Amino acid sequence: MTHFLEFSNISKGYPGVQALSDISFGIGKGRVHGLMGENGAGKSTLIKILSGDIRADEGEIRIDGVAQHFHSTRDAFTARVTVVHQELQLVPELTVAENLRLGHFPAKAGIISFRELVADVGSKLRDIGIDVDPRTKIAALSIGERQMIEIAKAVMLDARVIALDEPTSSLSSRESEILFKLIDRLREQGKVILYISHRLDEIFRLCDGCTVLRDGRLAAHHATMEGVTRDQIVSEMVGREISDIWGWRGRTIGDVRLEVAGLSGVRLPKPIRFEARSGEILGFFGLVGAGRSELMRLVYGADSRAAGSVSIDGRPVAASDPRQSIRAGLVLCPEDRKFDGIVQGRSVSDNIAISARRHFSPFGILNLGKEAELADGFIRSLRIRTPSRKQDIVNLSGGNQQKVILARWLAETDVKVLIVDEPTRGIDVGAKAEIYELLYSLAEKGLAIVVVSSELPEVMGISDRVAVMCGGSIAATFDRSDFNERAILAAALPDRSAAEPIQKVS
Amino acid sequence: MTGSLKRILLGEQGLVVIFAIAFAVVSLTVPNFLTERNMLGLLQSVVTIGIVACTMMFCLASRDFDLSVGSIVAFSGMVAVMASNATGSIPLGLLIAVGFGTFVGFVNGVVIAKLKINALITTLATMQIVRGLALISSDGRAVGINDASFYQLALSKFLGVPTPIWVMGALFVVFGFVLNRTVFGRNTLAIGGNPEASRLAGVNVDWMRIWIFTLQGLVCAIAGILLASRITSGQPNAATGLELSVISACVLGGVSLAGGRAAITGVIVGVLILGIAENVMNLLNIQAFYQYVVRGLILLLAVLLDNLRSRSLGRR
Repeated sequence: MTHFLEFSNISKGYPGVQALSDISFGIGKGRVHGLMGENGAGKSTLIKILSGDIRADEGEIRIDGVAQHFHSTRDAFTARVTVVHQELQLVPELTVAENLRLGHFPAKAGIISFRELVADVGSKLRDIGIDVDPRTKIAALSIGERQMIEIAKAVMLDARVIALDEPTSSLSSRESEILFKLIDRLREQGKVILYISHRLDEIFRLCDGCTVLRDGRLAAHHATMEGVTRDQIVSEMVGREISDIWGWRGRTIGDVRLEVAGLSGVRLPKPIRFEARSGEILGFFGLVGAGRSELMRLVYGADSRAAGSVSIDGRPVAASDPRQSIRAGLVLCPEDRKFDGIVQGRSVSDNIAISARRHFSPFGILNLGKEAELADGFIRSLRIRTPSRKQDIVNLSGGNQQKVILARWLAETDVKVLIVDEPTRGIDVGAKAEIYELLYSLAEKGLAIVVVSSELPEVMGISDRVAVMCGGSIAATFDRSDFNERAILAAALPDRSAAEPIQKVS
Repeated sequence: MTGSLKRILLGEQGLVVIFAIAFAVVSLTVPNFLTERNMLGLLQSVVTIGIVACTMMFCLASRDFDLSVGSIVAFSGMVAVMASNATGSIPLGLLIAVGFGTFVGFVNGVVIAKLKINALITTLATMQIVRGLALISSDGRAVGINDASFYQLALSKFLGVPTPIWVMGALFVVFGFVLNRTVFGRNTLAIGGNPEASRLAGVNVDWMRIWIFTLQGLVCAIAGILLASRITSGQPNAATGLELSVISACVLGGVSLAGGRAAITGVIVGVLILGIAENVMNLLNIQAFYQYVVRGLILLLAVLLDNLRSRSLGRR
């Protein structure tokens, strides 16, 4: 059988990471094909290559036997390849019809014929089977309906290949079902659909075949779903040995330092309870959208709480304000270093001293000598690679920026609880090991450390205990002695009918 | 050759170099420029811009914007005159004027920081409200001062230099110190660099913004009083367009509109460049109308420079 869409020996590397190595598989016409893998397995890199967003280092994509050379998203567009992203790209203030014909309105002498526009789009929508009035503004549609419109856009551009990136992540089950029917119709029309999802039940419901990526490699390719089991796919997604780059070592675990009770906020409506002890590294695992970072922001007071309490050493930390958390000894290294962590345009030294300087600046007057000493000390002890403390922080690598943010909190006098969200995202292996080592030594000093990560091996490698989040609440916790990749991953997957028995939160 | 030239012009001291060259050229070519009398006149002419630029620098450095400065300057000058007339005491009148300016700035700050209204919109609104109040309270006419000693604020001299210039100099020193040597200054720059990261690092962003705007109001009142004294009355139409000159001066002085970057030396030089441009055109008897064109060109040049400088630093 010849394949309509074919990936051939695709490889892509970033400094320090091989995102994809030698990926080859093909999909026939009129097939819906699942693309599975954990976070960081390389799914999005592959999709970006397909959409012309980035270029593969090696290999090529062939459509209908013709090798494609995408230099930009425009080239992919011309080749009639469309990727429907999680973030939809519609103009909310325009109508459905206007959005669908944006850039090529039916017009005479520059004057748009709205009647023709509406009639044309209306009939096309009916053909596809979408029941939406073309005169409705996008803003008035539900997320599910917008998703449909986005797909309709792809169909109206006569796309031959449509890739859907986690299309159901924000849909209700009813909306999902409508989407699936639409996908079924597209299959009948002979489109090639690449369907990316974490959800096993959807893959089994929709797909004719599937491909599993793991660590940038092709873990498995199933041309048909016949005889394929859920367990098999989970094993294929996980199936690796934990190598010992983590260097975990046992510690004495002391009293409860951080206690979170009944905490909820706008984005996490269900109350959440957990605690972390002195000397303990508590890992938080979950898939994208499980609410891990939202929870940490609530605990830290970065977002305002709806209800619940946070206590350090039995003392409640007042309301929603990072400043009060810092003063109580609770600090956060945020997930998004660029937007929430580093202060761009300011020096390494400034970024380190931003919080701690209040301890040694009498009447608000800076002690520049002390700041320099502090910065130089951390540059040495954490081995921050920078030409000098005066260097603008944006010029440092990700790992070194992360160290600067850690140094910012180490400079504080009395930190009791350290929350690190995605401590090693985008960081090379060498710096990772240094950051783990730093976390262990802080835990040994009696801090309670909460580590959030979307990389399962990392969470399992460095934590004493793991809390698994799913759908905005803690689905399960595991002690280190009970760590099991499949059980943890199963607890994190939204549908866990096939999961192993789960140890519930007490 | 072009590389090193670029490095000099876009580097830290680029502006000072441009200024030094321009100053030397002007001194040599324009008659009567480099005289004591003209120099003092030049400085007098930039007093209002210079004083207001001190705090505008903080505003811009924290990624904010203040369009209401011209109106506050005009109205606080009028308040000083009217309150002095009403109370019969100049010190009391000055105090009330300063209190008024500070209050307007405080309102700006609260609306921007707490009600989260964009600074451009907020100050565009207060700019019009305050200007309107100035016109209403005086029926659109200038308000004269009863006690002639009010003029002494601008006329008096110390060591041969008029008081307003001393005030401007003192404020440069004070705000230069605040910017470079205090937690307040560092936090201002941090907010401009990345407001959310600053908040998460424990900077009280709302409080900082309120203070910055409040200080801006206070400083505008000082500028307004000195201006009223120099023009010997409270003028409801004084200082129109001041906000643009002040922002031009700051941007010309290397204060980034994207926030996070500011230097008092730059601002001083920026203010002087604007002053010299105007002064030279006066000395050369160029019609006043042309001065608008030149000021516009200088502003454009300033933004262009800021852009080039940011790009050479790899920032947007």
